[in-house]
Amino acid sequence: MTRLGRTFLLLLASIGLLIGAEASAAEGPLVAAAASTRAALEDVAARYLEATGESVRLVFASSGMLAQQIENGAPFGLFLSANGAYVTRLANAGWTRGAPVVYAGGVLALFTRHGLLDVNTKPLAALRRALTAGRIERFVIANPEHAPYGSAARAALGDAGLWEKVRPLLLLGANAGQAVQYSIQAGVDAALVPLSLARAAALAQLGDLQLLPAASHPDMPLHQVMVMLQNSDVATQRFFEYLQSTDAQAAFIHHGLKLPTLALE
Amino acid sequence: MDWSALSLSLELAVWTLALLLPVGILIGRWLARTEFRGRPLLQAICALPLVLPPTVVGYYLLTFMGARSPLGTAIDAWFGLSLVFSFPGLVFASLLVNLPFAVLPVQRAFEGVSQELHDAAACCGMNPWRVFARIEMPLAWPGVLSAAVLTFGHTLGEFGVVLMVGGNIPGETRTLSIAIFDRIQAFDPGAAGRMAALLLLISLVTVALGYGALEGRARRGAGQG
Repeated sequence: MTRLGRTFLLLLASIGLLIGAEASAAEGPLVAAAASTRAALEDVAARYLEATGESVRLVFASSGMLAQQIENGAPFGLFLSANGAYVTRLANAGWTRGAPVVYAGGVLALFTRHGLLDVNTKPLAALRRALTAGRIERFVIANPEHAPYGSAARAALGDAGLWEKVRPLLLLGANAGQAVQYSIQAGVDAALVPLSLARAAALAQLGDLQLLPAASHPDMPLHQVMVMLQNSDVATQRFFEYLQSTDAQAAFIHHGLKLPTLALE
Repeated sequence: MDWSALSLSLELAVWTLALLLPVGILIGRWLARTEFRGRPLLQAICALPLVLPPTVVGYYLLTFMGARSPLGTAIDAWFGLSLVFSFPGLVFASLLVNLPFAVLPVQRAFEGVSQELHDAAACCGMNPWRVFARIEMPLAWPGVLSAAVLTFGHTLGEFGVVLMVGGNIPGETRTLSIAIFDRIQAFDPGAAGRMAALLLLISLVTVALGYGALEGRARRGAGQG
């Protein structure tokens, strides 16, 4: 056996030891949460840990992707969706347990690089001017096919008659988080992203940030809905209840979400 | 640094290697030494994961092993086990995806053991097991080592299949490559960068050791020529 052969075996043995000594996985509730809720939810989870000593495991992806995974048997106990439609779909297929709760309202923000838009005009009107003048080359939204903030963005642009102009310029993020990440890194002129993530990523330092009212996408409301799933346990129930407490509410508002407006149809 | 993710990546690589290498030796040797009508097709099947995008493998695994599938429901009923969104599921997917890396180098290596050597060994009265252990394996060892290094290294870097079949479950299926992706989406490029550098280092060391061992052997072989 060569010296290198021995070294290789030693490496494998060390790996074996490392594996044996691995940090045990926290077995707390497994929560599937829309990517747009990352900033708010990580804060809430930290507060929950401080208040109760219990840790939760958070998995972020687009709401549509998570709904898909749940339908394929992913062992989540709780689902926080960025709209009501995915929750309704899961409930109809029997994956949920108990009634869904609208815990907040999402807010779409228009991000544009500094000086692109006249900030004294209404955002979508100013956007139309910039698009007509050809000053926008790249526009980011989350993927409308499975990310609620993406479909809300598409609806807002469509209702304002801007979708066809924006379409050839689109860069799609797999989820709202990736959309914001593109906005930071990809030399993007404009983006429609969740306000909460825009704040977390300090987008306001990179450009202008303007809020879009919910009335700009009436057909795609951003009700933030959460529901327990069939795979849930008592610990998950406790966290679910905590998410409805005033403490958690305050955190959601702090991170750019609105108070919930109405219950699910 | 997500130590749980690093640990998962290493576990996955070691399990895949341990389970797949014997299979690779068996299949590779068989393909090298046995001629039969369907051989090209079987070779193509073994090589298929090389050309298929990982998302295709992931898609089929979800479709055939997921909670909605007949097979998935049966496995859950019999063993209480799920082959999707679980570590065992990752191992299973990894075995499929790494099959070409375990079979192809081994097959080439066994093909290099000439028939004359086999005939000579038979003349000496060696039984098939002794021929395998004392003649074939020492000669085919470089191929087996290549297969081991490639399988291990490739598993460390797996992403597409792991994401599709495993989800991103901390402590269960969030391997290092997934954790890097997750940190980027959390606007934490610093953590992503550190983990990426570590993964690069581990992969480089693994492959370098493998090549080093091969070279050491070649040098000794030439010296005895």
